[in-house]
Amino acid sequence: MFEALTAGLFNGLIYAAVAVGLALIWGITDVINFAHGEFLMLGMYAAYWMFTLGHIDPTLSAPLVACLLGFVGFMAYALIIRRVQKGPAMAAILATFGLGLVLRQLAFIFFSPDYRSLPDTLVSGSVSLAGISIGRPQVVTGSVALVVIIALFFLVYRTRWGHALQAVAEDRQVAALVGIAPDRVNAQVWVLGSAVVGLAGALLTTFFYVFPSVGTVFGLLAFVAVCMGGFGSLPGAFLAGILIGIIEAMTGYFVEPALKTVSVFIVFVLVLWYRPRGLFGRW
Amino acid sequence: MMMKLIASIAACLALALGQSALAQQKTVRIGAIYPLSGALASTGAEIKAAIELAVDIVNNPHPELGSIPLASGAGLPNLGGAKIEVVFGDSQGKPEVGLADAQRLIDQEKVVALIGAYQSAVTKTASRVAEQAGIPYLNGESSSPDLTERGYKWFFRTTPNDDTFVDNMMQFLDGVKKVPTKKIAVVYENTDFGVNTYKAVEKFAKKYNREIVANIAYAAGSASVTAEVQKLAAAKPDVAIFASYTSDAMLFVRTMRETKYAPPVLLANDAGFIDSRFVQEVGPQVQGVLTRDVWGNDLAAAKPIIKTINDMYKAKTGKDMNGNNARSMQGVLVLAEAINRAGSTNPEAIRKALIATNLSEAQVAMPWAGVKFDEKGQNNQGSGLILELKGAQYQTVWPEKYKLDSTLPTLPFTWK
Repeated sequence: MFEALTAGLFNGLIYAAVAVGLALIWGITDVINFAHGEFLMLGMYAAYWMFTLGHIDPTLSAPLVACLLGFVGFMAYALIIRRVQKGPAMAAILATFGLGLVLRQLAFIFFSPDYRSLPDTLVSGSVSLAGISIGRPQVVTGSVALVVIIALFFLVYRTRWGHALQAVAEDRQVAALVGIAPDRVNAQVWVLGSAVVGLAGALLTTFFYVFPSVGTVFGLLAFVAVCMGGFGSLPGAFLAGILIGIIEAMTGYFVEPALKTVSVFIVFVLVLWYRPRGLFGRW
Repeated sequence: MMMKLIASIAACLALALGQSALAQQKTVRIGAIYPLSGALASTGAEIKAAIELAVDIVNNPHPELGSIPLASGAGLPNLGGAKIEVVFGDSQGKPEVGLADAQRLIDQEKVVALIGAYQSAVTKTASRVAEQAGIPYLNGESSSPDLTERGYKWFFRTTPNDDTFVDNMMQFLDGVKKVPTKKIAVVYENTDFGVNTYKAVEKFAKKYNREIVANIAYAAGSASVTAEVQKLAAAKPDVAIFASYTSDAMLFVRTMRETKYAPPVLLANDAGFIDSRFVQEVGPQVQGVLTRDVWGNDLAAAKPIIKTINDMYKAKTGKDMNGNNARSMQGVLVLAEAINRAGSTNPEAIRKALIATNLSEAQVAMPWAGVKFDEKGQNNQGSGLILELKGAQYQTVWPEKYKLDSTLPTLPFTWK
């Protein structure tokens, strides 16, 4: 029971790590990035190739991968989203959906549909905590996720720059009037959100397989976490991610592992039933 | 002068074209439904290569495969040397897409027969379309016993099914003396393939006086299998049987290894565990894993043709053949042989020829007693093997007559 709970907690931290980038972009720029799962996939492949070709361990290449994905996020915003956002709200969302499809198909073409998996990395093995054994990659990924998420909170809610972000999220026009450039802020948010998912992707390769449509495995859970937590709320996405991990673990332990996704979605529907704006939603 | 030149060129062209039209025989089109994209795309790509190899064996002379029907000549002699052509449909690994593919291949591509679809769940829907349309469906590699229990007239299966395979597993376990094998856990994905594996284990465990201590179904493509592994470890089974495709097989292996849980006998029901990517990517960590299979490259000592065919496949793809794609190849060969014997592309004639199929041990590439369909359309001459992963290759450990290394199997199973 305690073992299941701990494992669920770390899985939850990993889901939260994937979800916060999505929540950030959604919360500030009002665009749901349907290519988020594919960004994760790119991050995983980047870390995979850096290990396979350059022998750089994913734990070390993670910052590099984050920078790379930050650049991808910037390009996505500068080339696609900024233009499309001038149209109806739906257009930007559909554009990200299209971007996701393109990235996934390109991955099929360039990386082949083969499943890939890294051999032992610096963090392979397991950790014993009070008599229970948990995979070290999960512990490391979960802990890094926690640190990154706390740093993000600080950045968004405690710094001057963060206040500018929130101002843009509240009202673009008014923000522009007081001297904040919404375009620049949006670009920064895309860079930051994509970098975080890149970091998560690099760390995921220490225990998860890499595959062109691996984004769908985590992407859906990230969307659920963001919706359940409250659209665009960082603490919401974080807590919902952990909640999902724990629900899964408890269902697996008490009921049946095959039903764990079912219970996640039941809780999801219940949360939205009682609080349509999510746990921490502002509107 | 100019006119004359043009006229003669035209005449030459007409002659050349006319001749090639004469020389070009009509082709026999066979529809093939496989997961060419989606989660099983890597397995699908290997199967596609194996089917292309089978087409090559039928269409071009291969005297080195003399004992295989149609191999030494070119095309189907009873249809005037007609070549076979396989038209592929991509099921994306989804039953509903497989169904639409079957419809399209029959209606638009006018195929005379269908093959496919690797996953039992997809075979189930696709073969239903063929049954309604009255088109023969030959399945070479789906193992769910249900498929031949539906009373279909047009469905034929060359591979043994999970009843046979699980029976084989139990016989193998009976021969294991180093470790106890009484308590069994089954970990399976909740699809046709997995659920029917579980049902077969349940049925045969009773018969062989074994006890099922854990029944763990999981959803394919999960983000984490920690809960599943914890439940498995808590049940303390002697034998853990897995029915998983590649991605989940990789994730289970990595998760069990990280949590330092090793079932004393780790026995897979084929599928993901024999995928070449699985062997290449996590093989070094999972040395000693056992799997049931139908093809082992070390069987060449007992059946030399296996090496000849594997070499052809390796030259084409750079990979060794495995039980998934070897069975697909065998399926095409059996179907082509039946079409040739039918001497026609009429569906009813092909069906009759399939019913009358009677291939001997030497006439099939698989290590089987032959191919002969029972009244349900199931080949009753097939049998399974148990292999153990050693280095980069699986080696046969059961039945005894095929075993080369007497120290195998290596038990109990441990992580490297």
